[in-house]
Amino acid sequence: MDVTFLLNGETVRVKAEPTQTLLDWLRIDRGLCGTKEGCNEGDCGACTVVVGDKDGVKALNACILFLPQLHGKTVRTVEGISGPDGTLHPVQQAMIEHHGSQCGFCTPGFIASMAAGHSEGRKDHDDVLAGNLCRCTGYAPIVRAAEAAADAPIPDWMQDAAPEVSAQPYAPENLDELAAWYAAHPDATLIAGATDVGLWVTKQLRNLNQVAFLGCCKDLREIAVGDDEIRIGAAATMTEVMAVVGEYHPSYAEMIRRYGSVQVRNAATIGGNIANGSPIGDNPPALIALGATLHLRHADTVRDMPLEDFFIAYGKQDRTPGELVTGVTLPKTAPALRCYKVSKRFDQDISAVCGCFNVTVVDGVVTTARIAFGGMAGTPHRAKAVEAALTGQPWTEETIDAAAAQFATDYTPMSDMRASADYRLQTAQNLLRRYFAELSGQATSVLEISA
Amino acid sequence: MSVAKPLPHDAAALHVTGAARYIDDIPTPTGTLHLAFGLSDIAKGTIRAMDLAKVKSALGVVAVMTADDLPFANDVSPSAHDEPLLSDGTIHYLGQPVFLVVADSHLNARKAARLATIDHSEETPILTIEHALASDSRFEDGPRIWTKGDVDQTLSDAPHQVQGTINMGGQEHFYLEGQAALALPQEGGDMVVHSSTQHPTEIQHKVAEALGLPMHAVRCEVRRMGGGFGGKESQGNALAVACAVAARLTGQPCKMRYDRDDDMIITGKRHDFRIDYRVGYDDEGRLLGVDLTQMTRCGWAMDLSLPVADRAMLHADNAYHLPAVRITSHRLKTNTQSATAFRGFGGPQGVLGIERVMDHVAAALDLDPVLVRQRNYYAAMDRVASADAAQTKPGTGRRFGGEFSPVPTVQTTPYAMPVTDFILHEMTDALLASSDYHARRAAIAAWNADQSILKKGIAFSPVKFGISFTLTHLNQAGALVHVYQDGSVHMNHGGTEMGQGLFQKVAQVAAHRFGIDVSAVKITATDTGKVPNTSATAASSGSDLNGMAVANACDIIRDRIAACLAELHQTRIEEVRFADGQVHVGAEVMTFTKAAQTAYANRVSLSATGFYKTPDLNWDRIKGEGRPFFYFAQGAAVTEVVIDTLTGENRILRTDILHDAGASLNPALDIGQVEGGYVQGAGWLTTEELVWDDKGRLRTHAPATYKIPACSDRPDVFNVALWDQPNPAQTIYRSKAVGEPPFMLGTSAFLALSDAISACGPNYPDLQAPATAEEVLRAVGRARG
Repeated sequence: MDVTFLLNGETVRVKAEPTQTLLDWLRIDRGLCGTKEGCNEGDCGACTVVVGDKDGVKALNACILFLPQLHGKTVRTVEGISGPDGTLHPVQQAMIEHHGSQCGFCTPGFIASMAAGHSEGRKDHDDVLAGNLCRCTGYAPIVRAAEAAADAPIPDWMQDAAPEVSAQPYAPENLDELAAWYAAHPDATLIAGATDVGLWVTKQLRNLNQVAFLGCCKDLREIAVGDDEIRIGAAATMTEVMAVVGEYHPSYAEMIRRYGSVQVRNAATIGGNIANGSPIGDNPPALIALGATLHLRHADTVRDMPLEDFFIAYGKQDRTPGELVTGVTLPKTAPALRCYKVSKRFDQDISAVCGCFNVTVVDGVVTTARIAFGGMAGTPHRAKAVEAALTGQPWTEETIDAAAAQFATDYTPMSDMRASADYRLQTAQNLLRRYFAELSGQATSVLEISA
Repeated sequence: MSVAKPLPHDAAALHVTGAARYIDDIPTPTGTLHLAFGLSDIAKGTIRAMDLAKVKSALGVVAVMTADDLPFANDVSPSAHDEPLLSDGTIHYLGQPVFLVVADSHLNARKAARLATIDHSEETPILTIEHALASDSRFEDGPRIWTKGDVDQTLSDAPHQVQGTINMGGQEHFYLEGQAALALPQEGGDMVVHSSTQHPTEIQHKVAEALGLPMHAVRCEVRRMGGGFGGKESQGNALAVACAVAARLTGQPCKMRYDRDDDMIITGKRHDFRIDYRVGYDDEGRLLGVDLTQMTRCGWAMDLSLPVADRAMLHADNAYHLPAVRITSHRLKTNTQSATAFRGFGGPQGVLGIERVMDHVAAALDLDPVLVRQRNYYAAMDRVASADAAQTKPGTGRRFGGEFSPVPTVQTTPYAMPVTDFILHEMTDALLASSDYHARRAAIAAWNADQSILKKGIAFSPVKFGISFTLTHLNQAGALVHVYQDGSVHMNHGGTEMGQGLFQKVAQVAAHRFGIDVSAVKITATDTGKVPNTSATAASSGSDLNGMAVANACDIIRDRIAACLAELHQTRIEEVRFADGQVHVGAEVMTFTKAAQTAYANRVSLSATGFYKTPDLNWDRIKGEGRPFFYFAQGAAVTEVVIDTLTGENRILRTDILHDAGASLNPALDIGQVEGGYVQGAGWLTTEELVWDDKGRLRTHAPATYKIPACSDRPDVFNVALWDQPNPAQTIYRSKAVGEPPFMLGTSAFLALSDAISACGPNYPDLQAPATAEEVLRAVGRARG
């Protein structure tokens, strides 16, 4: 595949294998060894680079970023974050002055995340850096450096203009083209952000045959806010999803803030998170609790279904070969929606349990209840027995206790390295209690407490 | 003055620009080959047959080696010669290297390594402490037992007794740079090895054995590691030896780096421990008799487990005087990764055991745990005879040996070492004041009374950590210093740089000895060809040992220059002074460069080796008696946390630390060690959970499943200060070692969680480590009863 992008200010044209990662290409082919491999699965951030286009710059993990995804983009690696004459970027200078590096191996990735955050004017450093692991410093000096550099002007060299490029056959530019191609190539792999498919290549060492990249398919990433509904295109990134739902569903957005990391959310798409059918994806429980509708398309045939019906069994979804997820529609208002993600670590961790609650109470009585969980079964699905035990009942602690017992009817969770079955079940029950307490105005989140 | 300055890390500017080179960044010659291990898929058994045909025919494969192809020693053990590089037919753990693929690329080697078909005869593995104890599967012939006083009698006579068990998990190092090595074959069969190792001499030694060569034929070079934490003390041997034997076979340079999952599956981790305790104490919480049984899973090979388990015993007292104590240590052999060195080297486990006892006793008596700790502290330095006592002015009540002086109360550790430098009384008072501990404790109790779902907790914990290798002969270091005729200085020593800032601290020492700016001192890669027979950079000893050795070398050269100048200027040697980049010779002043030029012109050698050995050490590890440590480094922390009693989720809200680095060589770097050590220690006891399944397969073998602290996990408020007092022991500029001790301050986070859980109900929470959200929720259930 022919790929053209701007690397540290210089236009490069590469003939690349479709699954050639940017990280390997930088280090092995290009000899740019500043960008490091720490985990090769997008979890440590040592390989972070700054990728730009007309919409601005963002941090991405180069280890699970395929070269074709960069067609028409700009890339700055740690070597290009300092100026052409060697002038340090403000975040680099601050990292030296605040002792932000010890062993230095994670540092290039931190520099890239910090430079991207700096260009975006961000001050929420904990979130900007959640995807970068450091084992030496305890992070305190790194955050001091980020704070010190925050108000410095953006260096000229960081303001790249994306190169003009021509369309590529492996990257359909609209949905019609994509749907037709996929129907004709039903065994192909569709690659959007590659935060999952990337691991097929770097960890499972799979050879992918035919692939199509979705990054150029503009109408697949559209987000339309209507009078009552929001329709989100399947290729919208989680960063984009977080921005739009932040306005209407703040609890969902807060859950997304802890979904992956900046680098992951900048690549991962909502469609990918749904289509891969993972029982621990965090979007489906929220969307099911919202009563979202999924949109699919096979060639010219479109089909809609309630999202919960899409997940049939572990590893099995209601999607025919050659059919693709095109988007999801959710209601604009759901004031009682609360999304709870429970994991070993707050940031960038896969949920042990993700519970989403959307209960309507009228005059003290539950009129409707939609409750959905991830991590409790082979698929994300609703807690129908719990919902039934709530519906029509007074919104009281007694009702909550009685309904909580029904989780054992809805779910038979398993034990794994993230949590035991007992913990999952007890936590699911307790999340219902948290929901009740939160709606009654009690303090329920350790994230909102300070010393 | 170069020492005591808060200079940045020597490579900071290289780190932030991506210019700092690690092993995988070193440009390699054309034709360099890449290696990967094929790993065992069972935890215990024997190999009946191996079909490697598909591996050999895979794309890019140049050679495949098994144990039969190794020309000389098949051993990468740092201790008991019980660790074959490639399985000799017996499988000891799931993930053990069985064969070695040599290919044209890292990716092709990895792909080929998965293509073997191995026919095993599988046996039931021993995976747990309980199973190993029941099977008497252990290293050494039985448990090590050290005893002081009549423990059983004291215990049964004590007014109160309490007993319990604390389990504590292991810990993955998660150095950001995985293990890596590069071997470059030389003429005549010699080998140059670049390794990401804390122990270049060990790499040289194991590579020489594997090649059947004397050590002089092998040179190992290490410029820096991307993190070590003990994980690169012995675990790099396998990669370096693999590269060397493959390079010998192929005649080509060979490089090997573990993919992260392989790294976590193959290499050893911190030892997990179970500690059973039975203690007797008085009404005020003073411990009278203490019976501790430490059980640890060493994994399949001995590695460094004996000294690790020794150090756990050596820190079973932490900061407390135990009048009668028995420490029993079981070193158990299991079919898991061979547990290895990790920051603290058993010390953190020993410390957590006795801190748990303090916590339990305080809970039983309903006393503030800080008070119980203070009552059990060793006697303060100024209450015992110390080296400085004679210099203390009369009339202060501090002078000893005089007619009216109080009788010194020298207390001894469980291993009969007098504690003469204990400063935690004063440090504790200062920290309790600066952290406002007592008022906050009261405020937290009031806050908890108003909250039904969230509870806060606060806890204090101290550390007293013994400094020196417990294998006494390792307490030596060498250095090589050259002064060039332009006045620039080339400095080399046996210590390795893994991020701790050792190179900069030692360069500051060198600059100080010559009275020049640190920029005039070139820091160079650790190299077995420059300084031989070095010890691992470990046991926090790097700057103590290498700082002294470099000072020694510098002083030799400086004295030669001084002698030369004194003679030329017809003055006494004592009249020659080196300061501020100048050399003062009587009334005359010249630049250091001019002095070096002059010495050169007068045929004075401007190169010297330096050497240091720690004095006063004497240790019998079998009896558990003597003086294993030169001195104790100390510190204390107060941590406040909040927990969610519905899910067990928890956070650190505030941490205050006061840490003893002696007279710090570089306060910025030392504070960096304290902050980083604390967060790493807190991670060990909270989110970092290693999970093996019942087949012995490690299920947490990548950052997706093994969770080290992330940025937002550091304390919201994080106040760190150094207790800047000179070390009474004669260390380099009276500084103290700082690498490991602060790790143990993370214990305060664990104790704070226990404190918060205690607010949920009447029972002792019996919190186990790591205190994941799940464990916290279980403990909330126990507290409520």
